[in-house]
This record gives sequence, C-alpha cells and structure tokens, in this order.
Amino acid sequence: MTMFEAILLTVATAATPLLIAALGELVVERSGVLNLGVEGMMVMGAVTGFAVAQYTGSAWLGMFAAILAGAAFSLLFGFLTLTLITNQVATGLALTLLGLGASAMIGESFVGLPGVRMDSLYIQGLTDIPYVGKVLFGQDPIFYISILLTIGVAWFLFRTRAGLTLRAVGDNHTSAHALGVPVVRIRYLAVIFGGACAGLAGAQLSLVYVPQWVENMTSGRGWIALALVVFASWRPWRILAGAYLFGAVTIGQLHAQALGIGVPSQFMSSLPYLATIIVLVLISRNKRLTLMNTPTSLGKPFVPDR
Amino acid sequence: MKKLMMALTIAASFAVAGPALAADKLKIGFIYIGPPGDFGWTYQHDQGRKQLEKELGDKVETTFLENVPEGADAERSIERLARAGNKLIFTTSFGYMDATVKVAQKFPDVKFEHATGYKTAENVSVYNSRFYEGRYVQGVIAAKMSKAGVAGYIGSFPIPEVVEGINSFMLGAQSVNPNFKVKVIWANAWFDPAKEADAAKALIDQGVDIITQHTDSTAAMQVAAERKIKAFGQASDMIKFGPETQLTSIVDNWGPYYIERAKAVLDGTWKSHNVFEGMKEGLVVMAPYMNMPDDVKKLAEETQAKITSGELKPFTGPIKKQDGSEWLKAGETADDKTILSMNFYVAGVDDKLPK
Amino acid sequence: MMRIEIVKRPQHSVLFSALSPFIALFLTLIAGAILFSVLGKNPISALYSYFIEPLTEVWSIHELLVKAAPLILIAVGLSVCFLSNNWNIGAEGQFIAGGIAGSILPVVFPDFQGWYVLPIMLLLGMAGGMAYATIPAFLKVRFNTNEILTSLMLVYVAQLFLDWLVRGPWRNPQGYNFPETVQFSDSAILPAIWPDSGRAHWGFALAIIAAVVVWFMLSRTLNGFEIKVLGRSSRAGRFAGFSAGRLTFFAFLVSGALAGLAGIAEVSGAVGQLRTSISPGYGFTAIIVAFLGRLNPLGIIAAGLVLALSYLGGEAAQISLGISEKSARIFQGIILFFVLASDSLIYYRIRIVSRLSETALKGA
Repeated sequence: MTMFEAILLTVATAATPLLIAALGELVVERSGVLNLGVEGMMVMGAVTGFAVAQYTGSAWLGMFAAILAGAAFSLLFGFLTLTLITNQVATGLALTLLGLGASAMIGESFVGLPGVRMDSLYIQGLTDIPYVGKVLFGQDPIFYISILLTIGVAWFLFRTRAGLTLRAVGDNHTSAHALGVPVVRIRYLAVIFGGACAGLAGAQLSLVYVPQWVENMTSGRGWIALALVVFASWRPWRILAGAYLFGAVTIGQLHAQALGIGVPSQFMSSLPYLATIIVLVLISRNKRLTLMNTPTSLGKPFVPDR
Repeated sequence: MKKLMMALTIAASFAVAGPALAADKLKIGFIYIGPPGDFGWTYQHDQGRKQLEKELGDKVETTFLENVPEGADAERSIERLARAGNKLIFTTSFGYMDATVKVAQKFPDVKFEHATGYKTAENVSVYNSRFYEGRYVQGVIAAKMSKAGVAGYIGSFPIPEVVEGINSFMLGAQSVNPNFKVKVIWANAWFDPAKEADAAKALIDQGVDIITQHTDSTAAMQVAAERKIKAFGQASDMIKFGPETQLTSIVDNWGPYYIERAKAVLDGTWKSHNVFEGMKEGLVVMAPYMNMPDDVKKLAEETQAKITSGELKPFTGPIKKQDGSEWLKAGETADDKTILSMNFYVAGVDDKLPK
Repeated sequence: MMRIEIVKRPQHSVLFSALSPFIALFLTLIAGAILFSVLGKNPISALYSYFIEPLTEVWSIHELLVKAAPLILIAVGLSVCFLSNNWNIGAEGQFIAGGIAGSILPVVFPDFQGWYVLPIMLLLGMAGGMAYATIPAFLKVRFNTNEILTSLMLVYVAQLFLDWLVRGPWRNPQGYNFPETVQFSDSAILPAIWPDSGRAHWGFALAIIAAVVVWFMLSRTLNGFEIKVLGRSSRAGRFAGFSAGRLTFFAFLVSGALAGLAGIAEVSGAVGQLRTSISPGYGFTAIIVAFLGRLNPLGIIAAGLVLALSYLGGEAAQISLGISEKSARIFQGIILFFVLASDSLIYYRIRIVSRLSETALKGA
C-alpha cells in the first residue's frame, strides 16, 4: 500500500459519517424543516449500534439498530415540531442536548470495552490491484452505502415525481397544501429519513471508525454535517465534495504534526472549525446562489387550516 | 415510612459526625477524573481502590465520585466527600491540587492524598509515580524491534509527565540505536478514541512501525493491530485489544500505596509526605513481554531489573538537549525537581515542544 | 383511530403562559420517577436526593448559588437574542472569551493591585465576551451567514485557544510546568457574600442585577418593544422603521457581555485562577434555562436555580444511591422538551379527536 493510498483511505473513513449525516439533513431541509438535532441523533445511533453489536456479536445488526434508533429519535423531533408546532431551532437543540445526555447514560457500562468491527470488503483479485484496489474494492460496507446514498438522493430529489413534490413542500408549503399535497406527512417522512441517516453515520463511528464507545463520540460532527448542507447549497454532489474536503483537513493537520512543523497543535486542531466558518461566509455572501437554492419555507411553522 | 426513615438517618448523620461511627470503620473517598471503565488512568485507580477493599475488608468502606471536572466543581465534590464522613480522601488528578488544599484547610481532621501534584500541607500528602522508568524499557524494546528505526508517539498534552516519558523512551531507544527517531502527535485529549485512532493512522502512513501512546484509550492499539504493526499499551494491560500487537504496557499499580496509607490512618501513624515512587516500590509494573524474540525479551527484563535495583537511572548523563546544549554531564543524574517540571526534549526527538 | 389536532387560538392563552413551566417541571418529575424505577431505584428516594437533599444544608445552598450564577447571567443575555430571533448558541465560547479577557490583569500584571482591579477585570470580561459575540453578529449582518453554525464553531475555537494560552504563554512559571496560571491575588478575587457559611460569591448578586436590568429594558423601554416586534415578524418591524441589522448587533453584544461577565465571575469567584477548561457546559445548559424561564429575565432566575439544583442533585444521587451523575443531563434534556411542548399550549388548542366522531359529525 502506498502512502497516498493509505491517506486516501483514512480520509474516506473520516468523510463518510459527515457525508451520510449531511445527506439526511439535506432531504429534511429540502422539505422545509430545519432539524438541528443531527448531533444528538448521531450519537444515539453510535451508542445503539455499539450496544447491539456487543450483545449480538454482529456489526450488521448493530448498524440496522442504529438506523432504527436514529429514526425513532427523530420522530420525537417530528412530533414536537410538526404536530405540536414548536420552534424548530429550539427543538433541534433540545434533541441534541437530550441525545448527548441519554447516550452517555446508556453507554456508561460500555466505556472501554473492545467493540465489534465491521469487516472491510475483500474480493480476491480486485482488492489486490495495485494503487486503486484497496480504495475501490477494499473498504468497509458503510463507505459503499454512503456513495450509493449520494447517487440515490440526487436521483430522488431531481429525477422523480416524489422528489419534486418534496421540494415543492419545502419551497412553499401553503401552495403545496392548496394543491392537496399532504405537507405534514411528507415532512414526517423526510425527518425520519434524516434521523435514519444520522443513526447510520453514528454507527459508522462506533463500528468502523473506532470500534469503541465513548461519551460525546461524535465531537461536533453533527454540526459540521449541518454546515456542509449550507456549504453545498442544498445539492447532494456538492455535499460529497465538501465532506471529503473536510476529511482531508482533519487528517491533514495530523500529518502536518507528525512532520514536526512546530505550530501549536491547538491551532491545528481548530483548523476544521475555522475552515467551516470561512467556507460558510464565502457561500452565504453569494446571495444569488443561496437564494436560488435555499428552500423558501425552511424553518417556518406550518399550521394546516381546514 | 420511607420518608421517616430518611429523616431519621439524616438526623443521625448530624448527630454522629463525631468519632463514634468513624472508630469502627474507616471511610475512604476517591475523586476520579474519568469513568472507572476507561481502561486507562481512572480504571487503574479504581483497581487500586478494589485491592484496598479486598485487603482491608470490613475495616474500611470506600466511595468514589467519577467524572469530576477540574476547577470549580472539584472543590464542591471533595467537600461533599469530607462532609459525608470520609476520613481519608484520594484526589486522583493533577488538576484537583488547589481544590484539595482548600478543602483540607476546612477539614483538619481529614487526611488528603493528592496524586501527581506538588502542594503539601499538614493533612495533605502528594504521591506520584515514575512512569518514565517503564518508558525507558519500552524505548529499548522499540529500538530492537523497529525495522524503520522510527517510532510514533501519541501524546495527550505537553505536561512534564508526558515530556518525561518521551525523553525517557528516546534515551532507552538511543542506548540500543543512537540514530533512532521519534515522531510525536499531540491529540490534545486524554481520552478521545477517534482522534487517537486518526493520529495512529497518520503516524503509520508516515512510515513508523511501532506505536506508543500517552493517551488513555485503546484505539491506537486497535489501529496498530489492524495495520499489523507492534505497539505499547498505556496505564493498564491492553493485551486483549491487541493479542498479537502489544509488546508490553506500563501498568499503574496504585493498590499497594492505597493499602499502605489506609493502614497508616487506621493505626494512627499517617503523616503528610511527598513521594515519587517507581518500579522499586511496585508502583510501576510492566505487563508481560509478548510478541518479541527471546533476545529482546531478555534485554528488556535485564533493563527492568537494573532500573528496579537502582543500578540504572534513565536520566543519567551524558545527555544533550534537543538544541544541542548540554543538560547532564557524564555520570550526573537529574534531580526530582527537574524531572517533575521537565519542559524540554532531549536530542533526537523529531518534534517541536509546544511552549 | 385517534388523531391530534392543532387549532390556533385567536389570542394566546394567559393561563397557559403562566402555567407552562410548571406543567413542564411536573412532567419532568414524572418522567424522572419512571426513569429511576426502570433503573431499579425507589423513585421517591431518588427524587428526594435529587431535588431536596441538596437544599437541606447551608453549605450546599451556597454551592447552588455558585452554580446558578453563570447559568442565570448567560441565560438572561440569551433571552434578548432568542426574543429577537438571533440564535446565538455559542455562549459557551463567549463565556470563555470573557474569562480570558478578564484574566489579563491578574495573570499578566500580577503586581498591579488595589480596589480598582476587580472592576476593571469585570469590565474586561464583558468586553471580551462582547468582542467574541460580534463575530457571528457581523457575519450575519454583513454576509448573511447562519449565526447558529458560526457561533457554535467559535466555541471549539475558544476552547482550543484557552487551552493553548494556559499551557503556553500564561502558564504559571513556578508551577512545575503544569497547565494552570498563577493563583489570583486577593484583590483579583470576587469575594464571598457570606464567607462564614460557604463560598457563594458576588457573581450571584451580579446575576440578579443583570436579570432585573434586562427585564426592565425588555418590558419598559422602546428598545425592548423593538426586540419583541422584530422577533415576532421582521416585516412588521421594518414597517415600524426598526433596523434588523442594528438589533442583531445589539442582541449579540448584550448576550456576549453577560456571558463574558459570567466567565470572569466564575474564574475569579469560584476558581481563583485560569485553567485549561473553565466551564462544564454552562453556555449550553443556559439555553435550557432561558426557555424554562420563558425568555423572561425574572423567570430565568428561578429556572437557573432549578437547573443548578439538577447538577448538585446528580452528585448527591451518585453518593447516596449509586445513580450515575449522567442522569442529571437526561433531566436537563427532558425539561427542555416538556417546556417546548407545553409552550405550544399557549398559542394552540390541542384536541384529540377520534375518526369515528369526526365522521359522525360530518354525517350530521
């Protein structure tokens, strides 16, 4: 394995959870709902995935349980914001705070245990191809899911009728409702999809990234996923690019340290966060780009009048 | 009924804050920085607590508070243990130092034991461990085992305890291979598995073939196992995370010290002191030497024996600092104060120490 | 088949706006009792050690005030932000910035002593928090950048900067190179209010003053009116000639100043030196406090005490019942959910209708 190949693999592992969580949130926001609870749903996915894999010995069961946990947790958000019409920003924050607290308590007895790792793919012949074999045919299953998910979301949103309807709900819920579109039901489905994706992203952390559980394991990745959605101006392929860029910054700063460049490590560690701020500014100052793509009803409450 | 019972117990605890209850059972409190299940620092302190309970049986009763943040919260937590009738309290992280001293002033009849600090008082002792002795042995093994001649070192924070370790590791390695190199990555955390795993991967990608760590999680060991290179554990025996990977591990063995101090309180001989103990006293233990050829194992055992007997002191001259200036002349050994406040690298470390 | 139906009230309900925090607290207690039963503990004694035991001793009440002071200060500032629709969730970072700026005097110029040291420190702390809060405000007004994300990212940056500062340039030269600054001299310590019985410091008094001042501003001045109008509808605000940009700056500056003040009060009053980490997440818990207090500064005083109690209760429950201290964080999360849910009773009537009666109605 060459050094370049090795670094590429490390970057892919770092980018995958961001990509999956951001894709989920993209669909949610395209339907006009802002769910700031990504971090909370992700960390619930991580702890559930770890726990179920631990009890059953199967990483796959862990992964499915994590998806279910993320979806179930997102229903809590859905019920409050869509049925009880609470403030979406505050409810999302509540979801994050509760998720971090609850996962810490659930996971308490798992701290420090060796987890179950999800095996990477190995195809005789293909994986052994020099230079590209390991990158193309030797990664973990969740990596391939993340790529399929990108294709799937892009196709769904822009190539299907259902995707068109979902975008219509996000752009103007009043007229969509007038046309007889079930606004609330579509938003529920989008929120659940977002929760499932966040749960899967969490499972990647505790089953692939490091097969361990530790409190606050997501360490801000949910928030970075939220930033990626804005960064990508609500387009799936740009999320892919953004997630890999971000993974590269995270891994790059460690390589710079190992080369002994002598910049305080705290400054290196703050690079991903500073990069996020700068990118957000660059994107949002371009008014035309953001206005064209931002779902117009994003974050606004919808009360159906009969 | 329950409520009444509770009211009674509360009343009772007010009434017998005195010696009547304390005389038969010694209550001992512990303050932990992390969770006891971290398989690192706190885990080992908790093992020490369990050994203490096992050894002294019903003569003692122990309580602990976990995940106590350093700073404003520590003072309250320590005071709470003191008020709950604990007569001996171990505060097991450096950052509890000032809080321990403050609470100790309020409770002169309670004995306090603070780990890894430097402030003592009439009723405050300080205990610390010479972890760096184990690092020297690891350095010897690393230089013997590494084909690349470079080891990767994952540091938590550039505090003296960690810098001591890097230097001692380097000196041990240089005693075998004078051209040995060490690459350092600071994780800026004691316990962050994802970051430690990323750091291990980055080091391996840059060509190191031995990983050693001064962070508490087992993530680096798992990465090393996956990439099929060798690694050293930290704080506890991590062999089950890398059965074919771990060469050895420095095990912090606090039990004997805790038992000794509890006995001293029980028979009234407890006195405040400031100790810095290592292999000789049994505070630093090496996990079994595994996954290495017999000659390396033999050399490691010999080195360990020499350090234990006091024949070999890791920080013995001639040693040059990283900038080439002389630190210790031939035959000169470093005093404890210099060791405990070390903030420079010895020659050969491939990193700039953050200042 | 049952269905929940939401009907907008013609006017918001005065009854429920007074009741909603209590409904939320009551539901939280029930949820807590269920949680403890699931964990196999007696729910009554668990709730007792959580919410009553910390109040049975004087020293512990002092500790409650120590904990409540930063929560109230930060939350009062956040109420101004949230009321005006500015989602500052980076108070944690502004708290740290205030702690750093306020410590310049005692750390860099320890020989500078006198009665004037403390007031200067507090002012510097406020200035530090303000300056740090200006960044997301400026980016929002000038570039239309989402303030939720920028203010949050700045929290991580502030934490790392503090870490660097205390391990590097500001490290105590006599401290064996351990990561902490010198101990502040007596003239730089925020004194205890009643030093004989415990360590509650004047930070709590500052919190009460801040709450009363902000309450007065919000309810009795034009500025407060402006905040509420713009917060409810930016269009109506613009018709009235209010500037949203100016208000964004105002809200961020107030909340930054109060978070900064909380930071330096904590460092100077409760810790006595700067350390690598000075907050166990006060900036985030304060978000809960702000909502539980219904964004009303006087309500926030009570809410701050409740949340402070949950921290102490978590510790008490750990000692007396062996319940993990993490249960406190679940409590805090659940409270916020119930508060938000009960708040919707103020604006909406909630009806549970069965499909059957609906069709019957239609038939008739």
